[in-house]
Amino acid sequence: MTEQLLQQVVNGLLIGFMYALIAIGLTLIWGVMNIVNFAHGDFLMVGMFASFWLYTLYGLDPLFSIPVCAVLLFVMGLLIYRFIVSKVMRGPMLAQLVVTFGVSIFISNLAVYLWTPDFRQISKPLLSGTWDLAGIELSIPKFAGSIGSIVVSLCMFLFLKKTKTGKAILATEMDREAALLMGINTERINSLSFGIGAATVGIAGAFLSTYYYIYPQVGGIFGTIAFSIVALGGFGSIEGAFIAGILVGLVQTLGGFFFDPAYKYALVFMIYLITVWIRPQGLLGW
Amino acid sequence: MRKLTVKQIAYGVMAMVCLICFPLAVSSTLVLHIMILFFMFAMLGVAWNIMGGYAGMFSFGQVAFFGIGAYTSSFLLMAYHVNPWIGLVAGGVAAALVGVGIGYPCSNLRGHYFAIATIAFGEIVRTHFNNWKLVGAAEGLSLPMLDEGLGNFMFHSSKVPYYYIILAFLLLSLTVSYLVSTSKTGYYFRAIKESHDVAKVLGINVVRYRLLAVMISAFLTAMAGTFYAQYVLYIDPESVMLLAVSVQIVLISMLGGAGSVMGPVIGAGILIPVSELTRIWLGYRGTGIDMLIYGFLITLISVYQPKGVWGLFSRLGSRG
Amino acid sequence: MKNAACLELRGVTKHFGGLYANDNIDFIVQEGEIVSIIGPNGAGKSTLFDCITGFYPANAGQVFFFGKEITRLRADAICKMGIARTFQVVQVISDMTVLENVTTGALLRFVEVGRAKGKAEEVLAFTGLLSKKDFLGTELTIADKKRLEVSMALATQPKLLMLDESMAGLTPVELQAMMGLIKSIRASGITLVVVEHVMQAVMEISDRVIVLSSGKKIMEGPPKDVVTNKEVIEAYLGKKYHAVTQ
Repeated sequence: MTEQLLQQVVNGLLIGFMYALIAIGLTLIWGVMNIVNFAHGDFLMVGMFASFWLYTLYGLDPLFSIPVCAVLLFVMGLLIYRFIVSKVMRGPMLAQLVVTFGVSIFISNLAVYLWTPDFRQISKPLLSGTWDLAGIELSIPKFAGSIGSIVVSLCMFLFLKKTKTGKAILATEMDREAALLMGINTERINSLSFGIGAATVGIAGAFLSTYYYIYPQVGGIFGTIAFSIVALGGFGSIEGAFIAGILVGLVQTLGGFFFDPAYKYALVFMIYLITVWIRPQGLLGW
Repeated sequence: MRKLTVKQIAYGVMAMVCLICFPLAVSSTLVLHIMILFFMFAMLGVAWNIMGGYAGMFSFGQVAFFGIGAYTSSFLLMAYHVNPWIGLVAGGVAAALVGVGIGYPCSNLRGHYFAIATIAFGEIVRTHFNNWKLVGAAEGLSLPMLDEGLGNFMFHSSKVPYYYIILAFLLLSLTVSYLVSTSKTGYYFRAIKESHDVAKVLGINVVRYRLLAVMISAFLTAMAGTFYAQYVLYIDPESVMLLAVSVQIVLISMLGGAGSVMGPVIGAGILIPVSELTRIWLGYRGTGIDMLIYGFLITLISVYQPKGVWGLFSRLGSRG
Repeated sequence: MKNAACLELRGVTKHFGGLYANDNIDFIVQEGEIVSIIGPNGAGKSTLFDCITGFYPANAGQVFFFGKEITRLRADAICKMGIARTFQVVQVISDMTVLENVTTGALLRFVEVGRAKGKAEEVLAFTGLLSKKDFLGTELTIADKKRLEVSMALATQPKLLMLDESMAGLTPVELQAMMGLIKSIRASGITLVVVEHVMQAVMEISDRVIVLSSGKKIMEGPPKDVVTNKEVIEAYLGKKYHAVTQ
């Protein structure tokens, strides 16, 4: 029984690290421009498909696709911000809510149109198989994903705290008007944040493609879970999103273990509701 | 908010006469079906509008109420032989109560935070119904075939009675929407939409009015759910509780003009035929083109005409 | 309670963590007075308003309105009892007309929309905005927006009106007009408590002035006494300056 429990904890952590990587991009976008990117899950899907096609057509292992996915999604995020999202920033709240839904529907159905709704899989990634640690199964690709998540999150953290651009992003996040007064080009910061947010989730997609089914609608559930994580961690807080991601992963597996696996996502959504009710600023938010 | 002018009433009467005579002139079941869907989605849009367009509570979880309505009346019919009209009211009440239950903890949420809460709510409800053996879980419920008739809310030989029923429901919803918008409640909703602080400072009990908005919206939405169940005679969580449908309801109101009484009707009038026809012509091979166009349109509208079609008219008419 | 003061504060304290925004504030406002609250930035003036009107619950102390305790009441309940307020950053309902804005306020006391509109027009005539009644909230100048905000507050038929920096950002002509409005409001029987930075206005309209600094009340008295008081001057200008006044 304890072994099963321990296994669930390990699984939860592995899922959690991946959730964390997905969520930090969303919290950055949300924190900087106060827009919820409902297309975030679909960015993940694009990252997964990019990795898949690079593997299928050119034999590039997903591990090496990571930089490609990052750059591809960064550009995509930038363009989507410049040509679509930036235009509704001054518009009514409803438009801001709906525009990324529109982008989400467009992207996921473009994927259906281009690649059919079939499920795909990367059959022989470099990193595959499982380790057996004293009876606990540790999936290697998931483990690699976790390492990747830690590395990327650390890089993001350092970038934001130590570089000039990063600090400008944080400043904009904290007080947009003050940042403007300090001479920070907040439009550029917006584009950059959107791009970086997309890039991190593109990297997540590359990792995820090594062990998860790849199909056009895969973004849906990941994107929705990411909202709970961002809320729990505190909107705009990278550290918060990271910790919350791990917690949510644990809730999902342990919740499924103790209650009913069918309700594992419902539990995650409850986290959002409970968090905004009881502690709206999240664990680490302001 | 603005009282009807004589001209508007005249147009309304003319439109009603046309709509009433419509089934006499047109016999194609496909066209009737599209009209029925149009009326139903218009009703859903009008119901959403009371919460979202008037009070600023942008709900992306309306299907939960739709589904609760459909399931309540269907279950009562199947298990206890309760007449669907009574089931209709029961469904509405159930949805209103659930709305209050979820609305209360969310009373201070606005904008994005509220929207996400409604998504979470909708998904939780759907998951629950997907696993609830009592109501068929994922297999859903098939309604028993009753004798045809208005009393049984069921017709087998023709769609025409359904056409008139849903039209009547739509008119009821529009009446409610109009009455709300011109009443004290409507003013208070708009104050709440602007800012909770402004509302409080004018003596408005924000929580109470927000819950009122949810209750009205949920009741009407659930009514549409019961209608749908009686129309297609089969419901399951994947057809009556999909997030995509919630999004569609929001889009209908936004496209037509959230905040105006007739806006959602215009929006449904454009979006439903478009989506049905593109699905029929382009979608059945699973290529997703219909949804692609849909997504593109939504993005376009958000960027260039967020106030919807009604926004176009009021811009032309106002002082500028 | 016979002849209870309009507003009474006893030991009102509000802190955010270790920061005391309001530290043990006591004062009384009699019916019919115009009392100004002044103090340097960060003195806690707006927080005090928020505590009195139910936007923030005070951590300690009590607030009485005509003898009744209102300390823990919700903001809308306090409005119903007869206290209205405006905000430092003016807030009106942007997609309603001026008339509709004020009608929303009037609906508190007149349930029927038609009669509420009638009352709203009366109020707009009183505040001088009737000619602009069909303008949208967003189409007004700052001065008119402030006037609208005051109109909305007046429509709720308050006995006490609390104005937060209503003179900020006004031209001299607009200032005169606003001061005139405040005097008419008092003349109509409403007590006023006003947070203000514009000294000229404070001197001209106030019966009494209360000075806050770093969360504490440091002085109260008639305007000319307060303005020449050493402590007050130090609070605003720092210890190096001793202004010579008339």
